[in-house]
Amino acid sequence: MNTALAAAAAPRPILRERGQREVFCGLTGIIWLHRKVQDAFFLVVGSRTCAHLLQSAAGVMVFAEPRFATAIIEERDLAGLADANEELDRVVAKLLARRPEIKLLFLVGSCPSEVIKLDLSRAAARLSESQPGVKILNYSGSGIETTFTQGEDACLAALVPACPVAPTNARRLLIVGALPDIVEDQFRRLFAELGIERVDSLPPRRAKDLPQVGPGTVFLLAQPFLGDTAQALEDRGCKHLPALFPFGAEGTTAWLHAAAQAFGIDEMHFRAVVAPGRARAKRALERHAERLAGKTIFFMPDSQLEVPLARFLANELGMTPIEVGTPYLHRAHMADELIALPEGVLISEGQDVDKQLDRVRAAKPDLTVCGLGLANPLEREGLTTKWSIELVFSPVHGFDQAGDLAELFARPLVRRDKVASLPKSAPCN
Amino acid sequence: MQLTVWTYEGPPHVGAMRVATAMEGVHYVLHAPQGDTYADLLFTMIERRGKRPPVTYTTFQARDLGTDTAELFQSAARDAYARFSPQAMIVGASCTAELIQDDPAGLALAMALPIPVIALELPSYSRKECFGASETFYQLVRTLTDQNLKPAPREGRRPRANLLGPTALGFRHRDDVVEVTRLLNDIGVDVAVVAPLGATPADLARLGEADFNVSMYPETSDTAVRWLEKTLGQKYTRTVPIGIGATNEFIAEVCGLAGLPVPSVPADSRMPWWSQSVDSTYLTGKRVFIFGDATHAVAAARVASTELGFEVVGLGCYNREFARDVREAAKLYGVEPLITDDYLAVEDAIAASACELVLGTQMERHIAKRLRIPCAVISSPVHVQDFPARHSPQMGFEGANVIFDTWIHPLAMGLEEHLLTMFRDDFEFNDAAGSSHLGGHGAAAPVAEAEPEVAAPVQPGGWTAEAERELMKIPFFVRGKARRNTEAFAAMKGLPSITLETLYDAKAHHAR
Repeated sequence: MNTALAAAAAPRPILRERGQREVFCGLTGIIWLHRKVQDAFFLVVGSRTCAHLLQSAAGVMVFAEPRFATAIIEERDLAGLADANEELDRVVAKLLARRPEIKLLFLVGSCPSEVIKLDLSRAAARLSESQPGVKILNYSGSGIETTFTQGEDACLAALVPACPVAPTNARRLLIVGALPDIVEDQFRRLFAELGIERVDSLPPRRAKDLPQVGPGTVFLLAQPFLGDTAQALEDRGCKHLPALFPFGAEGTTAWLHAAAQAFGIDEMHFRAVVAPGRARAKRALERHAERLAGKTIFFMPDSQLEVPLARFLANELGMTPIEVGTPYLHRAHMADELIALPEGVLISEGQDVDKQLDRVRAAKPDLTVCGLGLANPLEREGLTTKWSIELVFSPVHGFDQAGDLAELFARPLVRRDKVASLPKSAPCN
Repeated sequence: MQLTVWTYEGPPHVGAMRVATAMEGVHYVLHAPQGDTYADLLFTMIERRGKRPPVTYTTFQARDLGTDTAELFQSAARDAYARFSPQAMIVGASCTAELIQDDPAGLALAMALPIPVIALELPSYSRKECFGASETFYQLVRTLTDQNLKPAPREGRRPRANLLGPTALGFRHRDDVVEVTRLLNDIGVDVAVVAPLGATPADLARLGEADFNVSMYPETSDTAVRWLEKTLGQKYTRTVPIGIGATNEFIAEVCGLAGLPVPSVPADSRMPWWSQSVDSTYLTGKRVFIFGDATHAVAAARVASTELGFEVVGLGCYNREFARDVREAAKLYGVEPLITDDYLAVEDAIAASACELVLGTQMERHIAKRLRIPCAVISSPVHVQDFPARHSPQMGFEGANVIFDTWIHPLAMGLEEHLLTMFRDDFEFNDAAGSSHLGGHGAAAPVAEAEPEVAAPVQPGGWTAEAERELMKIPFFVRGKARRNTEAFAAMKGLPSITLETLYDAKAHHAR
């Protein structure tokens, strides 16, 4: 089943747009990545804007001794590059002295650090020597290079070369993508029941547990935005298992099935193992299908989760996607998803936000998935919205989260009905 | 480089956005990389605005870098003009665009749009949000104000004032404008233009029609009002009317500028009586630590000290531009001024001050929570709950009412404190029993949670079992202070251990 070929055989028209993009930069990935890898620290080398973004995105988390910070570039750092490197060394030494529990330090590039061509990869190598016991890596989360979840891709891709070499012929499964611990544990239990013995995760929960990788490793992508990470793994001889992404009963089944097939698991055994979870997922979805069936939905681009989510909402809940915007479309990784998506859905890649908003207004969708900068303004225009960032922060993968995922889309519509008695235009500020 | 987790202020272009978003008919074209649009959600979420901020970002990406970005800027500006038909446009660069050396001013000029286009120079690597707001407002005023306008002759009309300084994302700006407008109206002064909040470029053009200016928030208005004074000869107010005393002073100042007799109106506020009522006696000498922007911090210190009878034990601000005001005020209260934008320094100062109430920003709210000290918010930066639906000014007489309620609520009120002390050994009121509104059972946990800190052994010396038991009889909300005072006393005296006697000696010593 060469899915890339199948997709090429049935090309879908894709609207490509360039213009103003209303999206987060890759730095935002730090907010969930630092929760996942418990002994990692993320040091952004950037401007006050970068620090302000992290603070705005992290909300109250900023106050819980978070494991991220910004080294703010000041005027004197811009005067000469040598200076900036010394400054960085000073900041890192200070930081590691304050936080001795840190075992993995990411120097995260930003727009300013990239434009002034501060070489953070050399800085990481240099600092690795002077700071024994701490692995120091570098990736870019800048807006000029990455959009929102692509920050995770860049981070994981930077981890791949640091992964130890697996013994040859060792057959092992790697789950790629940061998942909430509860979801990761559910998947591990399912793989164990299926009889797949060695399952690793990238990222791991602790730096010392970096997975061994090698030609015996096959990997499943748990998230659709991991193009560079997949490439880096393939460069180390690992094999990607194409599949639907594990959203909803169908997506999760297909995703598990890809691994079961790769490990030669008996079909009957596979069905027996997934049956209870699959049935639970379907039961949980029924309740929401009543509310969501027949409703139209419009996705503004944000996280690259849009295509798999539209597939889930269309196929398992009966919604009608009008336009599915994605910041970037990885044709090969998305091949199965594109085939499973109903005909007639406009897929758009990139954004010209004002023109796209014109299309939203013209289509008057029942539900618009968009960022927080657009959600309230669209609600004021009378459109119901679902703010998209929640889809990245909440546990939504797998059988037992299928109902929760559907509920995230149903809730704004339920609320709309409940507060329908309120006057439509209260005074605005 | 400066290692930062929390920043009190955003970059200067966010200040410019606060001015553009406050106004009508102004559009901001910001040369910025993809991702800088995050700032939109400050306005749509925290301030809950129902419109997108009037900002077009060029959102350039890596592939655009090179000669391309200048063209990108011009096409963004052209599209924004065509789509939004603004009456005036401001253009500028965010921190990254500042580095790539496109020249928004020159590029915009070359386009020859048929509206005023104002180029902003906002140095992102040396200045911050308040500067950005102040500079943007000043540039708008400077460009758009008709310098030939003079106020009409005074015969047959009331004096007129402009209210300058309120912006989008300003702490209680919406309601302060309402309150100050009412105050001026009551003393016979009309408001000509409120700006930037709600003003159009046409409104800015007619600033000269007013007799004088009210500088509401010096952080944003100071540069503009000084230019207006120099250019149009408009005087401006120096007093910010937060608190009863400042409001009365403000009224007198306005009357002076307007050529009106100072009315002998009593304060239209419940705050003075509330503060004089016997239940407030317990507020006397409460130690308060104050931090925020300079204007709000200085105003809060005056209210705390002279109107509520607190003792100011710490005073500081994060915006260096107005540090002088804070230094002067700190002298009045005999405290060391704290001028810093490093929240860790603020946290240390709060912990060292042994205060009983913190007045600060969102950040101090969290510090106080961690240190288990009551706290109220008096200044930006603030989170969504401090953009309330209800009318909640800080200025004027109603503002004083709001301040009294807001600051006092986190403290245990006198009667409540008295009862807690009286019944502290009662089975229902002892620490382990928890609050009655939580059913008396589930509530034991939070109190117990605080215990490890209290129960930790003290070095050198340490508490005798008897003294420790006595300490536990002190209500939990003052126990930490009693412990600190006693330990400080024991350390000062070089005592080997803390006995029952030490506890009461220390109490006597600190009661002085």
